[in-house]
Amino acid sequence: MQGQVKGLGSLIWVALALAIGVPIAFAAASEQLAWRGPIYILASFAGIIALGLVLVQPLLIGGYLPGPSAYRNRRTHQWIGGALALAVVIHVAGLWFTSPPDMIDALTFSSPTPFSPFGVITMWAVFAVALLASLRRRLGLRLRLWRFVHIPLAIVIVVAGVVHCLLIEGTMETISKAVLCALVLAATIKVLADLWRKRAVRGESAARQ
Amino acid sequence: MTIVVLSRRNLLAAGGSVLASGVLAAGGSALLLPARADGLAPTESMTGGANNYRKGAPVVDRIGKGGFWMSGTVRRAGDGAPLAGQRIQIWAHTVEGQEHEPQSHGATLTDKDGAFRLEMPQIIPIFGQPHGHLAYDSGEFKTVFLRPIMRSAKETSLEAHFVLQPA
Repeated sequence: MQGQVKGLGSLIWVALALAIGVPIAFAAASEQLAWRGPIYILASFAGIIALGLVLVQPLLIGGYLPGPSAYRNRRTHQWIGGALALAVVIHVAGLWFTSPPDMIDALTFSSPTPFSPFGVITMWAVFAVALLASLRRRLGLRLRLWRFVHIPLAIVIVVAGVVHCLLIEGTMETISKAVLCALVLAATIKVLADLWRKRAVRGESAARQ
Repeated sequence: MTIVVLSRRNLLAAGGSVLASGVLAAGGSALLLPARADGLAPTESMTGGANNYRKGAPVVDRIGKGGFWMSGTVRRAGDGAPLAGQRIQIWAHTVEGQEHEPQSHGATLTDKDGAFRLEMPQIIPIFGQPHGHLAYDSGEFKTVFLRPIMRSAKETSLEAHFVLQPA
């Protein structure tokens, strides 16, 4: 029994590594890279890694990754949130350096590319969560209020981020990108559903008392 | 039998009216031509069209090593007359350079039919979309910047059409 659980645990880790590693490997093999400068390549991969981190976040906070305790999961979730904000900064700064007028168009929502506004919305939502998380203690946000703020922003990050990625024609290979995006959506829906269920159970038991 | 006769009569009547209206329309447009501005609408600049534009790209036989064709037409707003000898500037992120680099830019002139065609290196996706840039900015007509998108990054040609209005 213990062995089975352990086996399942390592299987989840392997699956997670593949879900993130395979799209990165495909992108690293893209012929597009030959015609891009190092900063553009850095910006591209910061974006791909950000998408991978967005998959890890719901898995950590939902406790679906075997091993560490809930406390450790929460701490890791916070650190990865910081890494996600950093990846977004590198992504945007690198693209700004590569083509300033295109980035200005994107940031002012006047870009001809349909995916740009989704990317910019994702960026602001990531920054908002990062800022609020760093101020949470100072603001005295209790868990309920924190969730009330964080969950809608997390949904924006996931949905707008996924749309942004899917509409881009770039270094990512289509199928591995679509699979990663589908997993991000699935993990987010799972976390929300579990949270909803827990709340319903708590509501019931509170009503019974 | 009656049906056939009826339909033939209808056909004749319809044909006659089409002919009459065609003649009337042609006569009307000929009469109104000098003051007419509502014919062929001028092309509007596209958003992002002017990005990484460099003023005064030289007229060239080919940009870089070529392999990709950018073509199109230049016509006058209103009557749609082809405009010969118009300078069109072309640039893109290609296999030979980024959008802002000088070697990615070139210009060509339209022929007597208002058509232009310039060979350039293969365009590749930049900022998530394979696209090219074209500009008319010689001053005689109002400046127009275009940013056509390729349906697929594998395509080896792209078209863009200008309808210019006096500056």
